[in-house]
Amino acid sequence: MKRFRRHGHELHRERIKQDLFQFNKTVEHGFPHQPSALAFSSSLQLMAIGSRSGAFKIYGAPEVEIMGLHEENAAVTQIHFLPEQGQLVTLLDDNSLHLWKLKKSPDGLSILKEESRFDLRGQPGAPPSVTTITVVLPQSPGDVLFLGTEGGCVFVVEQPSFREQEEKAISQEAVLQKVPDDYRNRRSLGSVEALQENPRNPHQIVIGYSRGLIVLWDLQANQATHHFLGDLQLESVTWQRDGRQIISSHSGGSYCQWPVSNDDRLPQPLENKVPYGPFPCKAIPKILWLTTKQRTPFVIFKGGMPRASYGDRHCISVLHGSKQTAFDFTSRVIDFFVVDEAESESDCNEPRALLVLAEEELVAIDLKTPSWPVIQSPYLIPLHCSAITCSHHVSNIPIKLWERIIAAGNKQTTHYSIKPWPIDGGYSTAPEPPQRDLLLTGHEDGTVRFWDASGVCLKPLYKLSTVSVFVTDADHNDNLNQSGEDEWPPLRKVGSFDPYSDDPRLGIQKIHLCKYSSHLTVAGTAGQVLVLELNDEAADQEVACTLVDILQDQDTFKWKGHERLNPREEPVHFPAGFQPFVLVQCQPPAVVTSLALHSEWKLVTFGTSHGFGLYDYQQKRTVVVRCTLHPSDQLALEGPLSRVKSIKKSLRHSFRRIRGSRVSGRKRAVPGNNAAKVQEANARMDREALNEMELAPVQRRIEARSADDSFTGFVRSLYFADSFIKDGSYHGPSLWAGTNGGTIFAYTIHIPPVERRMEDPVTADQAKEIQLMHRAPVVGIFILDGRGILLPEPLEAAHDLSKSPDMHGNHMLLVISEEQFKIFTLPKVSTKTKLKITALEGSRVRKVSAASFSSSRVEDYSENGLLVLTNLGDIQVISLPVLRTQVRYECIRKEDVSGIASCVFTKSGQGFYLISPSEFERFSVSSKWVVEPRCIIDIEEGVGTRTLQQRVVQDGAVTKANTRDAVHSHVPGLSRSEGDGRKAVEVMEHALLNDERVLLEIQSTLESESAVTDRLSLGHLDRNSKNVAGVQPQMQRMINGD
Amino acid sequence: MIKTHQRTPSRSLESVEVKSKFGAEFRRFSLDRSKPGKFEEFYGLLQHVHRIPNIDVLVGYADIHGDLLPINNDDNYLKAVKTANPLLRVFLQRKEDADYSAFGTDTLTRKKNVLSNVLRPDNRKKPPIAISLPRDFRPVSSIIDVDVLPETHRRVRLYKHGSDKPLGFYIRDGSSVRVTPHGLEKVPGIFISRLVQGGLAESTGLLAVNDEVLEVNGIEVSGKSLDQVTDMMIANSHNLIITVKPANQRNNVRISRTSGSSGQSTDSSTSHATFMASPHVMQNFHSEEVDSDEETDMVIEGSDEPQHIPVAPSASASIVSLTKSDNDHGLTPNGSVASSEGSMHTLAADTKMDPVEKEDVIRRSMEEDGTVITL
Repeated sequence: MKRFRRHGHELHRERIKQDLFQFNKTVEHGFPHQPSALAFSSSLQLMAIGSRSGAFKIYGAPEVEIMGLHEENAAVTQIHFLPEQGQLVTLLDDNSLHLWKLKKSPDGLSILKEESRFDLRGQPGAPPSVTTITVVLPQSPGDVLFLGTEGGCVFVVEQPSFREQEEKAISQEAVLQKVPDDYRNRRSLGSVEALQENPRNPHQIVIGYSRGLIVLWDLQANQATHHFLGDLQLESVTWQRDGRQIISSHSGGSYCQWPVSNDDRLPQPLENKVPYGPFPCKAIPKILWLTTKQRTPFVIFKGGMPRASYGDRHCISVLHGSKQTAFDFTSRVIDFFVVDEAESESDCNEPRALLVLAEEELVAIDLKTPSWPVIQSPYLIPLHCSAITCSHHVSNIPIKLWERIIAAGNKQTTHYSIKPWPIDGGYSTAPEPPQRDLLLTGHEDGTVRFWDASGVCLKPLYKLSTVSVFVTDADHNDNLNQSGEDEWPPLRKVGSFDPYSDDPRLGIQKIHLCKYSSHLTVAGTAGQVLVLELNDEAADQEVACTLVDILQDQDTFKWKGHERLNPREEPVHFPAGFQPFVLVQCQPPAVVTSLALHSEWKLVTFGTSHGFGLYDYQQKRTVVVRCTLHPSDQLALEGPLSRVKSIKKSLRHSFRRIRGSRVSGRKRAVPGNNAAKVQEANARMDREALNEMELAPVQRRIEARSADDSFTGFVRSLYFADSFIKDGSYHGPSLWAGTNGGTIFAYTIHIPPVERRMEDPVTADQAKEIQLMHRAPVVGIFILDGRGILLPEPLEAAHDLSKSPDMHGNHMLLVISEEQFKIFTLPKVSTKTKLKITALEGSRVRKVSAASFSSSRVEDYSENGLLVLTNLGDIQVISLPVLRTQVRYECIRKEDVSGIASCVFTKSGQGFYLISPSEFERFSVSSKWVVEPRCIIDIEEGVGTRTLQQRVVQDGAVTKANTRDAVHSHVPGLSRSEGDGRKAVEVMEHALLNDERVLLEIQSTLESESAVTDRLSLGHLDRNSKNVAGVQPQMQRMINGD
Repeated sequence: MIKTHQRTPSRSLESVEVKSKFGAEFRRFSLDRSKPGKFEEFYGLLQHVHRIPNIDVLVGYADIHGDLLPINNDDNYLKAVKTANPLLRVFLQRKEDADYSAFGTDTLTRKKNVLSNVLRPDNRKKPPIAISLPRDFRPVSSIIDVDVLPETHRRVRLYKHGSDKPLGFYIRDGSSVRVTPHGLEKVPGIFISRLVQGGLAESTGLLAVNDEVLEVNGIEVSGKSLDQVTDMMIANSHNLIITVKPANQRNNVRISRTSGSSGQSTDSSTSHATFMASPHVMQNFHSEEVDSDEETDMVIEGSDEPQHIPVAPSASASIVSLTKSDNDHGLTPNGSVASSEGSMHTLAADTKMDPVEKEDVIRRSMEEDGTVITL
């Protein structure tokens, strides 16, 4: 009977757990890693971006995002929207074509589904180049695809069956029939470089061959009608909208206009221009010719810069009458398109905005406003414009602070165009976010960026720079970049991606924001700690600098790392926003490893690898400094850079090798080509070296941790609490610090009464020192009140935002080390409960954060717990105060070290981690709070039977019909029924990590390193390759699953 | 609490004959073999029969090998009664003039001497190894669970307590062949790749290079990565129990009925040569024990001179704390002694240790055993 009841209880508990916890990866924030293709549908007002990982995503209006993922792990090289069908065709690096359809999921949201795959096959025995696709043209009625190939042939394939229509294929022989003999004999035609449909006549297409010949092909007569005998290497061809002219661009940086008329079947070029001549120029791979009502066309092209002096620039030039600007991007331009407001019958394009996809960002340029300003994009933000070094999440921001941050941010974005975002397809049905959440990212260049992380779109709010506090070399460079008005070429820098940091010491390492007091503290790589407050007005002020000697006169130690940053002596002008008023400089200037702020007590505490300090920022006085160094820890003194460098170097090395082998893989083998042979041999040697590495055993030392391991003094966690430290009847302010060697220091702090706060000093005395016998790094310290609830944040109770804590004694100290969770009694420290992780599972705690989980079914029911991320990439929820694992989900691959390191949790059970340098994956462990795109794209019904007239009528008309549409991969209802939420979600990350070879190479390089350093722990090759292989079936399930 | 795997020959004899000697006096009485009672009762009985109610005595008995072994807790009392065959010979000494060195674990060859030592206290000869009182005993590395494991496997407990030796071994990835329902299959496994000279692993002689690691503290390692297993081992390093499949299967433990009841000390410096041939030390490992001898964290309250506190606690403080820890964690020493019966090793191995060293040992034991110091 008893057993039965207990069983019932467990069932009940399981049900509660289902209401509380559910794991979903919901959306990627940021910019896709390694984009490789771009497409735009003017009728649907949707943009698609494909990436090297085989994923592609559709973007429309803000919050409209739909993702598709190819099963093949090959780069998406081209994407084409099939006219008005809600269908897309993608071309992958492996020469396969894929048909995708926007469909409706059971709950009415739009999703992308792959319908079929097609491989173009040539005659048996023909060289592969014959069928290597170079261009794809979907004919506007939408039932035929033209495929231009490297062999110079144009194949015709029926849609959606992908049936080849061999009788319609356009061979080189057919094209050459009417070409004058002298031209024909000179050369072969080369590969097909351009296929474009006459915008006024869908039965006429232009075919451009790489050796220069351009022909007009009549699809009905199945013959060439016009021949344009170009003799320049051809890059691209475009039509003028009225169909009376075609424009070709060439490898020498020139473009030609060719008249199209029925009289002249062998026309000569109207004009041949080299816009950046007369010296040799780079190729123009793509050109657009856009007409306006004012008759002056817009000519927009990529490249074409003078080879010698500007050949390394990534430019898009816009020519409009006498106006010419070369937009200069900091990364390679992938592709671009123009959003126009053309009416379908009109002969004018009326370009509205130019959208350029560069390798690291998407930039929209407003062509309507005369100064051609940039339009701020609502999504695809380059998070990594400077490398992200840390992140910090603050939930539930008070409206007042929110508005002030936005106001400060608005003053920074005045140079943006006031025009709305030009792409507005689809609409979002995602509910309004229940609260305002801030994500703060610290960057290598010393900036902190504030993002609105409440919803599907991560919106930039405000950017804080700490650089101006310090004297840097960068100050003098500004003048050099300023270009005069009549500079040639007329370069204009656009975009914000700037990977070059002036000084790595400026990097932000830790951030702590108090949302109630608007006090912010940030700490950096060179031991600098800044305390800032929000000011709505700009101000000139001097920043008080205090040096803190962490070593405490232990002169046996000598710091070999970098110098500290020099603060400016004179007052500095700070714009409205967060303005620093205190600078604490740790000496030695080691990277700040831990940071906490108590705005009520006006105290800030910071830790480095040498010790920690407590600073009173009201009186601007150091309260206490404690050196945690162990005498035998020599490594701590070398500074972080020496070690990091070796890892970075090995990474760089492996990437270089990967790049090399990738190129060799990509190049199509040319028989008898020596270079290709050499490359092949190199690749083979690489492979052999890799095999050898696999054979060499990796071994791990088994040794108990001892007090004199290196980095034991490294301060890992700092915590302020009002609790019972000395006796059970009196509680007061305390500071807790945990080190890498498993030591916890507790200090009681004496804060003078308010009226004497400015005069009497704040003092702190050590009250306790706890040495965890397992000596594992202390990653978290919390104090639970008498009811087993975590103490609130400073000022939280004062603002009536949380229940005031139970201050009747019985407080408990919760210490989280990498290996176990332990609750001690207070004030006498003795173990109460513990939960071992490492001893039982072999995983180690990497990140821990307190979170509250609300029930999705029962109002007002919630539980507190700890969100834990382990070094295996698992997410666990551990209940409080009874330490028990509630749920466990696989979240990040254990090989993804940077992903695990970047993870940050929210208070409501969500989290973010970097899946690439430029993208945060958002996930949710809560079944109540899930932020995910829920969007609908409506597509006109009656597909496939349309004529030209119909098309004209429908163009641009997006109506809301009950058709087959689609949205994001994830359907909450479905996974809820699956209970444990383990449902695989189709995410870009899988694809990113799916490149087996890349992974193996990185790991093997790291491994040889880690065998020595033993710090970067990655698994063994054998296992990894198995894991990698394991991803594939999972992905398949995901795709078929919905 | 502790189950000895060796079944005593099930004699039909219901009572045990006891011959107890104190000074020159002998007393004879009998005990119920099936219900021998507690040690306290036995001790009371001895005091009663010898009429020495107020004299503290040390109780020893001669085991079947002729070793003089102490009786001072329920477990070794039970053991003594169980192995008495048929006579249990008990020797009492006054605590004041007790000769600890008399307790020995040597073989039959020294039996006469040992006994004569006891019988004639004036004729003292120090044996090389002395055993101190059981509260100073600590468990050492040993083979355990021989009765539950297949003969091809070996479960080894590496006890680091109080020893300066590093664990001293390395593990690697590898593959092993398993018999599965689908026939023979090659599966990835974890192997011992290197033993450090002079390390605990090497000196016990219980582990060897290329032994396959199957479990760590009762948790299977199959499916876990090398790093996971590494972390598990390090996390359990204070009491590491590894189940291996030895590469050399010729030295496997075979359960033999004739093996010694008292067992032999695993004195690591001498034993490893003989161990592979006939390991005698066997224990049973119960998973619930893992936590019982768990290490405790050290807490220092207050701070007058924080820099010095962790390094040099005064000797008196540590002695106070030792007794205190006995009170606070009464279960811990008992548990560990109980679990390691038959393979004890004295902490204060050398009574002639100089005071500095001794203090060092005490301090270390304080750290390891979990001491609460109040300054």
